[in-house]
Amino acid sequence: MDRRESLKALLVGTVAGATLTGAAACKEGETGNTAEVIADAQGLYGRLPEEIERDKRVMASEFLNEHELETIAVLCDIILPATPSAKSANDAKVPEFIEFIVKDIPSHQLPMRGGIAWLDVESNQRYNKEFKSCSDEEQIAIIEDIAYPDPDGKKPDMSHGIRFFELIRGLTLTGYYTTRMGFDDLGYKGNYANEWDGVPPEVLAEHDVDYDEEWLSKCVDQSKREVIAEWDDEMNLIT
Amino acid sequence: MQIKESSKVYDVIVVGSGAGGGMACNQLANAGLKVALVEAGPFFDPADPVTMTQMKWPWDSPRRGASSTRDFGDYDMSWGDWEIDGEPYTTKGDTEFKWWRSRMLGGRTNHWGRISLRFGPTDFQHKTVDGLGDNWPITYDEVKPYYDKLDKMVGVFGSKEGRYNDPDGYFLPAPKPRLHELYYIKAARKLGIPVIPSRLSMLTKRINNERGVCFYCGQCSRSCRVYADFSAGSVLVFPAQKNGQVDLYNNAHVRKVTTDAEGKATGVSYINKEDRKEYALKGKVVVLAASACGSARILLNSKSEQHPNGLGNSSNVVGKYLHDSTGSSRAGFIPALMDRKMYNEDGVGGMHVYTPWWGDGSKLPFQRGYHIEVWGGAGMPAYGFAWNPTDFNKYIGGAVGGYGDKLRGDVKRFFGSVIGFGGRGECIAREDNYCELDPTVVDQWGIPVLRFNYTFSDQERQQAKHMQHTFENLIEAMDGVVLGDTPTAEQNYGLNKPGEIIHEVGTTRMGNDPSTSVTDKYQALHDAKNVYVTDGGPFVSQADKNCTWTIMALSMRASEHIVGELKKMNI
Repeated sequence: MDRRESLKALLVGTVAGATLTGAAACKEGETGNTAEVIADAQGLYGRLPEEIERDKRVMASEFLNEHELETIAVLCDIILPATPSAKSANDAKVPEFIEFIVKDIPSHQLPMRGGIAWLDVESNQRYNKEFKSCSDEEQIAIIEDIAYPDPDGKKPDMSHGIRFFELIRGLTLTGYYTTRMGFDDLGYKGNYANEWDGVPPEVLAEHDVDYDEEWLSKCVDQSKREVIAEWDDEMNLIT
Repeated sequence: MQIKESSKVYDVIVVGSGAGGGMACNQLANAGLKVALVEAGPFFDPADPVTMTQMKWPWDSPRRGASSTRDFGDYDMSWGDWEIDGEPYTTKGDTEFKWWRSRMLGGRTNHWGRISLRFGPTDFQHKTVDGLGDNWPITYDEVKPYYDKLDKMVGVFGSKEGRYNDPDGYFLPAPKPRLHELYYIKAARKLGIPVIPSRLSMLTKRINNERGVCFYCGQCSRSCRVYADFSAGSVLVFPAQKNGQVDLYNNAHVRKVTTDAEGKATGVSYINKEDRKEYALKGKVVVLAASACGSARILLNSKSEQHPNGLGNSSNVVGKYLHDSTGSSRAGFIPALMDRKMYNEDGVGGMHVYTPWWGDGSKLPFQRGYHIEVWGGAGMPAYGFAWNPTDFNKYIGGAVGGYGDKLRGDVKRFFGSVIGFGGRGECIAREDNYCELDPTVVDQWGIPVLRFNYTFSDQERQQAKHMQHTFENLIEAMDGVVLGDTPTAEQNYGLNKPGEIIHEVGTTRMGNDPSTSVTDKYQALHDAKNVYVTDGGPFVSQADKNCTWTIMALSMRASEHIVGELKKMNI
C-alpha cells in the first residue's frame, strides 16, 4: 500500500472495519458479543462494556425537569443566537448536551437547579412572571445585570445570578464549540491525516518569528518519510 | 480453594506487558525461549476499531471528552487511572501519593507522552558530583549499546546536539516547530536558556515495513492505529507473538512469586479475573515488570519460609527509595498569538521543542535539575473549551463578560493564544519515601494492597520555586501575561502531588551490596537469582529525564543476561 492509499484507508468509515475486526475478535473470545457492543456504542467511540453500561444508565436517568430545560433553551439562544454565518446554540442541540452533562457530572446539578430557581425568583420579583415567560426585553434586562463580573461588589444582590450565568455560559459555549457547527464557526482545521511541514509562510509573515536554517536542517523532509531510516556509525541519518 | 496448576514449564514468565515487560517478552521470545506473558488487564490492540478513540470528534462522545469515566478524558487510551474499582491503595499520615495504573496489554505505554530521553553519564553517577543519593552500580557506557539498539528498533525523533548529559541517539528527523513553539524558542534564547527539538518515540520516518509513519493527528495519548507511536503491545508484544513462543495470559493478576525449598522461584500464582480462581504457572525464570510499585507489592506479598520478609527483601529495601519526577506548571496568555489564522497545526502528540536542564547545582540552592515541556496552540476543542472566553479581555482593555455575538468573536480571538510549561525534575531518592503492605486492607482479590509514605524535601521545593521563576521570565520574554498567582512556599511552589507525574521508580533498586539494594546490576534479585525486575523499580535515581527509555534499555540488557545465564545453566 503506498502512502496515499494508506491515508485513504485511515479515513474509511470505521463501522465497516469494526464489524470485520469484531468478528475476528469474537472468534478469539476477546471482546464477547461484539455486535452488541457496537450497537450499544452509539457512534463507536471506543467505550469499554462497563463504560457503555454507565452511559446507558446516565442517559436513561432524569435530572432536569421540563421547565428547567425550557429555561435553559431560552438562555442558550441569548448566549449564542444565530448569526448570518453561524447557527444558534439551540440549532447545535446545546440544551440536550446540558441535559446530559449535569447528569454525567453531578457537581453541576445543584448550581444549575438553584441558579434557574434564582432566575425565576428574580423575574417574579421584577415582572411577576417566570423568566422563560418574560418578554425579550425583560429577559435581557435581567441578563444585563448578571452577564458581567462585579469585582467591586457594586451589585451584591446579583452575585448569585452572576455565578449562575458563568456556569450556563460556560456550558453553552463548551457545548457549542464541541459540535460540527461550532468547529465551522471557529474555523478549526485539524483532526485530519496530514504531513505537517511547518507554519504556513503567510502566517509566519504576520509574526515576528521565523525558522532558521540550522533548526530546519534537523527537521523532517516529508518527501523522504517513506524511505526506511538508516544511519552511519556517527548517528547521522543517511536516508 | 484449590490452586489450579499447569504442568507446562516456561523458560520465562514475564509479569506485566508495559515498557519493561513488553521488551523482556520481545527479547526473550526472539532468543527462542518459551515465554508466558501475564497481564492483569484485557487484550488491547491500538488498531481495533471497537476500542479505538483516535481521530474521533468531540461530538462522538456525549460528554465531549470530559473526564467523568477516564481521568484524562473519554479518549485517553488508558483503561484504569488513579482509581481502579476494587483495587485500592492507601496512604499514611499526610501523604497524598497518587498511583496511575493501566490495566491492559501494553499498560501505560498506550497513552504516555512518548518523551524518550537517555539518562546521561552524570545521571548514573550523580552522588559523585553532589554527594546526594547513591550512584548506580552501572555507567552510561555500559547502557549505551542498549540505548543504541533501542533507538533503531523502536524509533525516536530528535537531533544531534552534543550535550554531555543529554546523550544523542540514532534519531529520526524532528517535526518543525509550531507557531507558539517558535515564540518559545525566541524567548528561551533571549534568556540564555537552551531549547532543542524534542525527543519522542514517534515515527516521523519509516523504520520498517510493519509500522506506519506519523500522520500528525496529535493524538498519541489515544494510541496509534498505524503503530506510528511506541506502545508496548504494537511494537514489542505483537511481533514477539509471531514466532509462536509467547503464551499471553490476559486478565491474570499475579498475587505472588512461588518459591522452592532453596528459595528459588518456581513460577507465579495469579488470580484469573474472569472466574476469580487462582492458577499457578511454572517457569525457570520470573521477570517482574508490573510497574515499580506493582512489582514491589508482588515481592512483599511473596512471603515464604525461605523469604519471611517477602521475596528479595532480606535487606528490607523493597518498596523503599520510591521517587516520582517532580512537576510544577504555569501558563501565560500571549497577546501576539491572538486572532490567529486557522490551519491544521495538530502536529505530533506532544511538544516539538523542549528545554533540557541547563543549570549548575553548585550555584543554586538545590541540586539536580529539571527539563521544560512546552504546550500550546490551537488544538482540538473538547469539554472545557471556551468556558470563559472573555476573561483575557481584561489584559487588552476589552470588556469582560457578556453574551451574544460578542462571545463568538472572543472565542476566536483568544483561540491558541495560551502557552504553558511543565517542569519535570529529579526528586532525590530517599529511604524514607516508600510503599509497604497495608496491614489491614486487601483488594477484591484478597491481596494486601500498598500503603504509601512520601514527603518532599527542600531540594524539591527549591527546584519548583526555580521552575516558577523561569516560567514567569519566559512568559514575560514573550510579552505575555502570566496567568494565576505565583504558588507560595505553603503551596510547595506548585509541586504536583507525588505520583502525579507517573514516573514512579526506585522500589527495588539495584546495587552491588545485597544489604542496601534489592537487585544486582543485571536486575536479578540478590536473594533469588532467577527472579528479575525490569520495570522502573531497579532505578537508583530518576534523573531529570522521563524513565521509559531507560526502563526499556535496561530490560533489553537484563533479557540478554537471562539468555546468557540460562545457556550457562546458572539458573
